[in-house]
Order: sequence, then C-alpha cells, then structure tokens
Amino acid sequence: MKLYEVFLRAKAGLSHKHVGSVHATDAQMAMQNARDLYTRREEGESIWVVDSTQIISSNPTDKAAYFEPAEDKIYRHPSFYPFDKEVKNI
Amino acid sequence: MYSQGLRDSQAGDDLPELLEAFQKRIDAEEKIEPRDWMPSAYRKTLIRQISQHAHSEIVGQLPEANWVSRAPTLKRKLILLAKIQDEAGHGLYLYSAAETLGESRHKMFEDLLSGKAKYSSIFNYPTLNWADAGAVGWLVDGAAIMNQVALCRTSYGPYSRAMVRICKEESFHQRQGYAIMLKMAKGSSEQKAMAQDALNRTWGPSLMMFGPSDKDSTHSNQSMKWKIKRFSNDDLRQKFIDATVPQAEYLGLTIPDKNLKYNDKTGHYDFSEIIWDELFDVIKGNGPCNQQRMDARNKAYNDGAWVREAAAVYAKKLNNKKEVA
Repeated sequence: MKLYEVFLRAKAGLSHKHVGSVHATDAQMAMQNARDLYTRREEGESIWVVDSTQIISSNPTDKAAYFEPAEDKIYRHPSFYPFDKEVKNI
Repeated sequence: MYSQGLRDSQAGDDLPELLEAFQKRIDAEEKIEPRDWMPSAYRKTLIRQISQHAHSEIVGQLPEANWVSRAPTLKRKLILLAKIQDEAGHGLYLYSAAETLGESRHKMFEDLLSGKAKYSSIFNYPTLNWADAGAVGWLVDGAAIMNQVALCRTSYGPYSRAMVRICKEESFHQRQGYAIMLKMAKGSSEQKAMAQDALNRTWGPSLMMFGPSDKDSTHSNQSMKWKIKRFSNDDLRQKFIDATVPQAEYLGLTIPDKNLKYNDKTGHYDFSEIIWDELFDVIKGNGPCNQQRMDARNKAYNDGAWVREAAAVYAKKLNNKKEVA
C-alpha cells in the first residue's frame, strides 16, 4: 500500500486544499478511497490525490533562512506609503 | 512523505534547550506540525493516544452493526449505516494523523488485532435491544463529543484538524441517537421500558469513557502541560453529566443513580462515586464482549486478505505494463 495525500476543491472558484491522506495500491484506488472518505457530505467537487513521496517540502530547520528575510521588507506592503486624506482612489 | 523529516527532529532529542524552546511554542499556543522538532515522549504519547482513538472508532462500529439487519424501519437502517460508515471514516482520519508521527498503519493494525493496543472499553458492552442503538448515539457519542470538542484545540496540528472534521460529523450521531430514544420513550409502555433499560446499562460505562479520576490518571499531567489534553477527565465528565441530565428528564427517563442531585452551591450535579474496579476489569479484557469484538476484528481482517493481495498484484501488473510501454 502506498500513501497518497488528498486535496479537495470545495467549489469552483476556490483552490484545492489538503484534507488528509489515504492508503491505496494505485492511483485509481486512491481516488476512489479519497472520494469515499473525504466527500461524504458534499465537501468537494474536485479531488487531487498525490503520491506522498512526490511531494517536496521545505524543512522546518530552514524556516528562518527561508522566511525571515521578508520580515524587514515592510516597503513591500501598501501601508508603508501613507498619504493625506485629500489623496483619493489610490 | 509527511514523516520524511523524522530523523532531523529526533536528532539531539531531549536536550534541555530544545525542550525549553518546545514548551515555549506550546505555551504560545503554536501548533506543532509533523516535521517540527518534538520531544520523543510527546511523539510517543500522541501515537499511543491517536492510535487508541482510531481503534475505538473502528471497534465502535461493531456494537451498532448488530442492529443494521434488525433496524425497525428502512429510514433507521439507512441512518445507522451512515453513522457506522462515519465511524470507519473517523478511524481512517485518525490513523492518517498518527502516521504523520512516523508510526506505520500496518503496525497499528497489528497491535489492535493482537490485543496489544487498547480501545475504549465502552465498546465491550453488548447492545441488547433496539433502544441501545439510541442510547449509544445519545450517550456514548455524546460523551465522545465532550472529549473531542476539547481535542479540537490539541497542540498537534494533524490531530487537531482530524478532530475538527470528526466533530462536524459527530453531532449527527448524537442527535439521531436521541431521536431514537425520544421515539421509544414516548411510545408504548414496553418501548419506554426498553429505553429505560438501555439507559440503565449505558449510563455508568458512558461516565467511565472520560477515563480514571484525575487523582489516578497516569498520563494526565504531562499531557496537560503539552496541551495534548486541554481539560481534565473529571472536568469533562462533570460537563457531560450537567448537559445530559436535563435531556434525560425531557425523555421522562430516570438516570440510574440515586445520589444524582443538582447542587445549588456548585451549580453542578452531584453523583455517586464511580465503580472503577469495573472499568479496570473491562480494560484488562474481562468485559462482556471483549473476546467477541477481537474475534470480529480479526475475522474481518483475515477475510479481507485476498482483496489486499489482489489489489497489490493488480498494481504490479499496471506498473509492468507502464514499463513495457
């Protein structure tokens, strides 16, 4: 049995979201198991199943190196540029 | 794979500075995710608790399965089937969460089937009349909800997310149970007697579902510190009793405890001391249905062996075809 991660799209217009995992011997069984397990109450209208060994993820120990540089770049946010009330529609 | 960072997170385990940093994250209400560093005891406690929880969902299907072919109407049969299917689903959500900690599903199955792993002792009691199907939903699922709502805020991310999913579905279980009880309690005198009989037998074991009293609970303190548990066994038990007594009154049924009485001073119901010897005896394997439940699980697993084998062979055949093409 292989481990597959399951992603659901709740409705058109939204992106797929991780909901959990299933065991299956092949992709088709993974899809059927995901449907049986994760959509018993109309939770979704589209399913992705991904062989979990195919997911490449960042490592928690790299968190600081990866994500902290963004912290001191506040000029990337619109609120960094305040104007008087007279300036409108910007 | 979720657990691929396992080696990293176990390296240097139990260094005081790592433990301290971990506790700080917990105290700040941060969730712990699968590949984060965690103390080995935290991992072990979670694997034990989540897998036991999963086993309980799976074995929990059995007492109710007794009534699928005997449900009084087609509607009740459909509802019961849907509930039992949910229980299987809950077991799978939880196995899936436990796997993120590096425990294999196969190992968890083996431990259940060999009797090494425990499941909630409530499922070692029989469901003797149709009202038991009602009492199980109302009381057993009701008690489970008390526990599980609290667990939605547990510190381990995948467990917490599984609990949120489960809680959304669990309310249906309790309400359909209460609906059965209501029908029976307002029915003929024979039906009402069946409902009372089911309540008499289910009440005590339901209270035991919250686990031993706080003063005797072996795993509680550390679990509370790590916010795996958010409320104590006794607090949740009291909450359940306070919520359930008025529901029993509405049914016109009597809770089988002569010391049960509302206490104006505390704002809670007082109740009799629970007979803990019974719980420990059932956990040891001496409940009325322990053997029957284990036999049923083992039979289901063994009878399904050919399906698993066939699926594995088919997957191999598909793979071979791909390689040729």
